[in-house]
Parts: sequence; C-alpha cells; structure tokens
Amino acid sequence: MSADLLTRPAGTDRVTTAADVARGRSRRARRRRTVVLVLLVLVVAGFAVSLMFGRTNYSASEVMRVVLGEQVPGASFTVGRLRLPRAVLAVFAGFAFGLAGVTFQTMLRNPLASPDVIGISSGASAAAAVGIIVFGLNGTAVSVLAIVAALGVALLVYLLAFRDGVVGTRLILMGIGVAAMLDSVTAYALSRAAEWDLQEAMRWLTGSLNGTGWNQVTPTVLAVLVLAPVLLWQSRNLSALQLGDDTAAALGVRVERTRIVLIVAAVGLIAFATAAAGPIAFVAFLSGPIAARIVGPGSSLLVPSALVGALLVLVADFVGQYALGTRFPVGVVTGVLGAPYLVYLIIRTHRAGSSL
Amino acid sequence: MTTTPSLTAEELSLGYGDRTVVSDLDLAVAPGAITVIVGANACGKSTLLRAMSRLLAPRTGRVVLDGRLVHKMPAKELARTLGLLPQSPIAPEGITVADLVGRGRHPHQGVFSRWNERDDEAVAEALEATQTAELADRAVDELSGGQRQRVWIAMALAQQTDVLLLDEPTTFLDPSHQIEVLDLLTDLNQARGTTIVMVLHDLNLAARYADRLVAMAGGRIHAQGEPADVLTEENVRAVFGLESRVITDPTSGRPLMLPIGRHRVFEPVAG
Repeated sequence: MSADLLTRPAGTDRVTTAADVARGRSRRARRRRTVVLVLLVLVVAGFAVSLMFGRTNYSASEVMRVVLGEQVPGASFTVGRLRLPRAVLAVFAGFAFGLAGVTFQTMLRNPLASPDVIGISSGASAAAAVGIIVFGLNGTAVSVLAIVAALGVALLVYLLAFRDGVVGTRLILMGIGVAAMLDSVTAYALSRAAEWDLQEAMRWLTGSLNGTGWNQVTPTVLAVLVLAPVLLWQSRNLSALQLGDDTAAALGVRVERTRIVLIVAAVGLIAFATAAAGPIAFVAFLSGPIAARIVGPGSSLLVPSALVGALLVLVADFVGQYALGTRFPVGVVTGVLGAPYLVYLIIRTHRAGSSL
Repeated sequence: MTTTPSLTAEELSLGYGDRTVVSDLDLAVAPGAITVIVGANACGKSTLLRAMSRLLAPRTGRVVLDGRLVHKMPAKELARTLGLLPQSPIAPEGITVADLVGRGRHPHQGVFSRWNERDDEAVAEALEATQTAELADRAVDELSGGQRQRVWIAMALAQQTDVLLLDEPTTFLDPSHQIEVLDLLTDLNQARGTTIVMVLHDLNLAARYADRLVAMAGGRIHAQGEPADVLTEENVRAVFGLESRVITDPTSGRPLMLPIGRHRVFEPVAG
C-alpha cells in the first residue's frame, strides 16, 4: 500500500493517507488518554491509601465520613487533622512540581533544565527559610516572598546566561551554581534558627510534609487551580517552541510572550509548592522523563507529568513515613530516586558527545 | 490556492545590536516564481529572509505582504500565508514523522479548536507530496539527512502557505538529495503556484532552479533578474571576489560558473 504511494503522482488519491494519518493520530491520542486515566486512578488510590493506612488503620467508610465532615472518634483527629491536609498537599505540590518541571524541560529542550536543578526551587526555599526563621513571617507572606525570590532567581539565571541569546548549557551551569549559593543561604538561615528544629531544617533542605496544616495547603491549591490552566492553555505553543524559536515563530507563535507566560506560571507553581512543602527533591526533575517514557513521544506531557508528580510525592511520603523503620521526610525518598537518574542523564549525554 | 500574494521589502535596514547587516534594500519578490538569493557569507541574505518572515524587526523600512505590513499582522494570520523553514530546526527526541508534520497545522488551530479532517488531509497531502508517507510512523531522529529535510519541508507544506521561505534547505545534503529537495520545491511551485524564496550556497544549483536570481553583497542587492543576466563573470567577481568562467550548462541551458583559482587551471589567477 505504501509502496504504490511512491509511484502515484502527488495529489491523485489521498483518501487512504488521510485516513492513515487520522488512524495513527487517534492511536497515539488513545494511548495518552489511557495513560492519563490510569495515572488518575493511581493518584486517587494513593490518596485513599494514605488516608486509610498508617500507625492506625481506618476503614474506607470511616475515612469517607471524616472527609464529609462528620465527627468520628479518633479518626476525626488522625485522618481529618493530620492525614488529610498532608495528603492534599502531597497531591497538589506534586502536581505543581511535575507540571512546572516538564514545562521548563520542554521549553528549554533539555531534561536537565528543571527548576530544581537550575536554582529556582532553591531560591524559593531560601527565601521561605529566611522569611520564617529570620523575619518570623508565616502564611501568605512566606508564599509571596518565595514567589518573588523564585522569579528573581529565574531572572538572575537568565541574565547570567544571556549572551547573544540564551544557550541551554550555559543556563544550566549558571543555574547549578546559583542553586549551590542559595542552598548555603538556606543552611545559614537554619544555623541562625533560635530553636534548632530538625524537621524544619529538613523541610527547607529536601522538602517535607511533616506537620502540614490547612493554612499551608490552601495557597498551593489555589496556585494550582489558577496557574495550571494557564500552562495547559499554552500547551500547543509549548509544543511549537520545541522545534526551535525560529520554527515556532514561523508557525505563528509569539515566542518571547509565550516564554514569559510559561516562565511566570511555572515559577509561580514552584514557589507556592515550595513555600508549603519545601523543595521536594527531584520531583520536578523526574516527573517529565517518567511521563515521556509512559506516554511515548510526540504528545503533550503536561498533564501526565503533573499526575506523575502527584503520585511520586504521595508514594514517596507514604514510604518515608511507614516503610523504612525510621520516618524520613518525603524529599529524602525522592532524592534517593532522583540522584541516580541525574547521574545516568549526565553519563548518557556525555557519551552521546553533546554538551550536557 | 487562490491569488498569489505579493511580497515586497521596502527601504529595509536590518541589524543586530550596533552592527548593520542590511541597509536600505528594496526587493519585490516575483509572485508564483522561485526566487533564489545568493551571496558571500555574512552578506545579509539569511538576515533578509528572517526579516521577511518577521523573525527580525526592521530598523527602518518595511516588509509588505499583499498591502499589509508583515510586522503588524497577527502572528497566526501571517503564518497561514507565509511559511519559513529555518536553517536548523530542532526535532524533539523520538517524535514521529506524522506528528512533526502535524505541527505545521499550528497556525490553523485555535486554543480550544480540535484537530479536524482538514488537518488530517493537509498532513496526508504534505506527506504524499514529499514522498514521506511511508515514513509516517518512523521517528525523525532515525532518518537520513535527505529524508529528514523532506519531512521538514512536509511540515512547512502542511502549513499550507502561499509563500514559502527556505534558508539553505540543501545544506549538509549530498548531491542526489540536494537535487531531490530542489526538484520537490519546483514540483510544489509548478503544481500549486507557491511563491518560493530561498537562500542557496551553490551558485550553479541556484542558477539552475531559480526563475529569478538575486545576488547580494555587503547588505545590498548587487544584481537581480534572470539567472543568465545575474550569473556573469563580472558579478561573480564583484559579489564573491572570485575569478571565474561562466559557460552555458549543456544539460539545462542555464549559466554554469567555473571558478578559477591559483592552481590546477590552464591560466591561473595572477598573485
């Protein structure tokens, strides 16, 4: 069939090929839909498990009653006050990290260009740590400080890397340097803390969901509800940007404007999630590549990556709390997953002969 | 394709930073024809192409498409009339040929509008015209250079523009693939009346395939017109600083330039 396409003069009979194109496209779309559905089910299941199981286990019906606002002895406190905000933050922070991470990786066409590798998470984290420990801020003020700092870091890295246009490699190296400096700011702030609190330290160094209350959860949820649609709305422009700035512009994308919208929205997600949960290590970095593996090339990774991020944080937090003997903050578990992948990625690109 | 739109550059000056690359240039692109721009490296030919497709804002002057200022048109509307294939587009890792060609439909789609049969038809037509239909499910990174270039052209075709600009579409291709790409573009021009403007390095291929040849030097147009009038020994000397003989190509009747250096010729250039 495809052989006689070659010999047939162009344009005589395109009924078969148009149908072929449609078939191939719907096959890929179906795969993506299936993946999104399965991930969604897994996130819901993970959410339910983290509400039901722990030191004490509760039945699904008990959990349901608590979620619906009934008073259930014991469960109301453990599930309603401790597990529910924690699980909600796990889902939304993971969603935010996954979505923002894959946005950066796609936009800069490099899996290393994730906000947690190039210093943006570190900026939000350092600002939040300094705000809380040094200036005694809390709640919204911390979120605002984190978002300002994260945007500032994004701008700083961009300017440092700028020389006749931004080259990916330089931006990544600058970002890694800036991240290291900011991490030392966080460490310094922690060393100045009046009451030394290891939990707090872990939150700002690797990310943690310990002691999550509703006042931390709400800003992150709102940020996701506002900013995620912005990124999804830009998803086609993002796909065009993957082909290079010139090609994207030739396809009718306003490159600079698109890039600014993408950066501000993604940095906002990172900042809010980090202000609540700390820079949960490598979630932004890992979600996109994992989603790409599952979905296959060519289709938009935004939603799959966000769901992978949510699932990663849920599972890693559950494992960190109950599976390892001692309780580890979620960032330690995701860090253990992410670090080998970072090494693998560097080795692979090194071998391929490209720079970073 | 309905009427072929006109594309002109008027009093155009272009540059990067404080470097002026093109100054006070006028060019009327012949509608429905193949125009090839040639010139030495850094003479401003790619810069001109970038400005004509709005990738670069002019310092002064304007680019006019059918009476409208290109730099003031809505981006997607422009992209439905005028396409550009840049010198080094980037194929995302693992993307299939059909998907990449489908990206060419971007200017025809709104934020919420779904992909429809017209898009499928355009992609199928582009695949067929470039003879890449049998590659549709292959990954672009697995293809040979010539195949890959055909796929990029297919993407530009799926955009369904009346004007197509190409920046050195034959670079890095071996001779048979160069001819293949130029034949394909000529097919396209003849079958659909698409106006084609491209930058080419190879003077002889430029003279062979161009309806109109534009020779640029130092950011200005040195000569333009029929290939036989433009590819002359004097113009080659002026534009490239190269001594040459120009004869008639026995296979096409077009001019053929034979460079003359200091060695390996009967009458070398002095000095």
